[in-house]
Amino acid sequence: MKNSEPERHAHGPADASCREVFERLSEYLDGELTPADCAHIDEHIRDCPPCVAFLESLRSCIHISHSLLAEQPASRPLPADVREKLEAAWQAALQRRGA
Amino acid sequence: MTMMLLDANGDMSRCTPGVHHTDVGTRHGTHSDVCGRRAGEGAWARQGSSYDESVADLESPEVEWARRLLAGDAGAFTPFVESFQSKVFQYTWLMCAQREDAEEVAQDTLLKVFESFDQLRDPRLVKAWVFRIAKNYCLMKRRRSVYAPERELSLDELMPGPDSDGSALASRVPDNAALPEHQLLQAELGHELRAALSALPESYRSVVLLRDVEELSTAEAAEVLELSQDVVKQRLHRGRLALRKRLAGYLQASGEKSV
Repeated sequence: MKNSEPERHAHGPADASCREVFERLSEYLDGELTPADCAHIDEHIRDCPPCVAFLESLRSCIHISHSLLAEQPASRPLPADVREKLEAAWQAALQRRGA
Repeated sequence: MTMMLLDANGDMSRCTPGVHHTDVGTRHGTHSDVCGRRAGEGAWARQGSSYDESVADLESPEVEWARRLLAGDAGAFTPFVESFQSKVFQYTWLMCAQREDAEEVAQDTLLKVFESFDQLRDPRLVKAWVFRIAKNYCLMKRRRSVYAPERELSLDELMPGPDSDGSALASRVPDNAALPEHQLLQAELGHELRAALSALPESYRSVVLLRDVEELSTAEAAEVLELSQDVVKQRLHRGRLALRKRLAGYLQASGEKSV
């Protein structure tokens, strides 16, 4: 290790800084951190391959969840009588709103 | 019905929005590379404490249909019904795991929505409003036998093990669309994913569905579930971690079998 390099952490689940990052990865991926907190994680993962790998795996999982869970069987069309009920309820609500 | 309890988390300043995080970890991007907003995310989540009027053009079609319905435009009735029937059915199907229940809940939800449509004060809130009604019907309809027992997910049990670098899942499923020859694997993965979702405690499952499948914002999900945004974030993270852990193990096992 070169002397000029920043102090390295141990990398992995036992490391306190990794755990801190681990706890906030979803907020990081969702863009819900403050710029300062985001920069802190950027700084950490620049030097932490395990956290980068975990981040990638979490992102993949989110992508898979969205793409596969959204592929559910389609609902059957509404029966005509149900549709008529919905429309009647909407019209009644509009009348109350206008009253 | 109160629909304005959307800002429990205050006015947090956020990372640069507008860039989707498709390259996370592959080029160690700056925060503006990785902290992009979610596709379809509403203005509540991006702007913190108050609804951002400047993003009106980015509103979802459902908002526009709701606005037209409130104005008495019958042309918006069919697209509104079909869109929400599909969305609510998807949510309740994954919550209830019973087609009949899911369809009944979807119909009951739509009927309640239209019966109380005059109570919708702001069409921009329509998505959270509809899902909140759906959630309540789901709770009434739920069958304990198919629900995992309620429990808290611990971060400790979701941490990667000392021998895991977390890369197994990412390396084996780099891009679903790019691997049409792996349709069987995708089907198995989908089955495993639904099983993993069903195994989640209900309070976590609901958050994951609303955020990652229905693409509600944190604020919208908090409104639907009547939780603070902090709790939504915590449950979402732990729910995702639990799914990741289960899928990673499945993928590692299936990879070993294929060797």
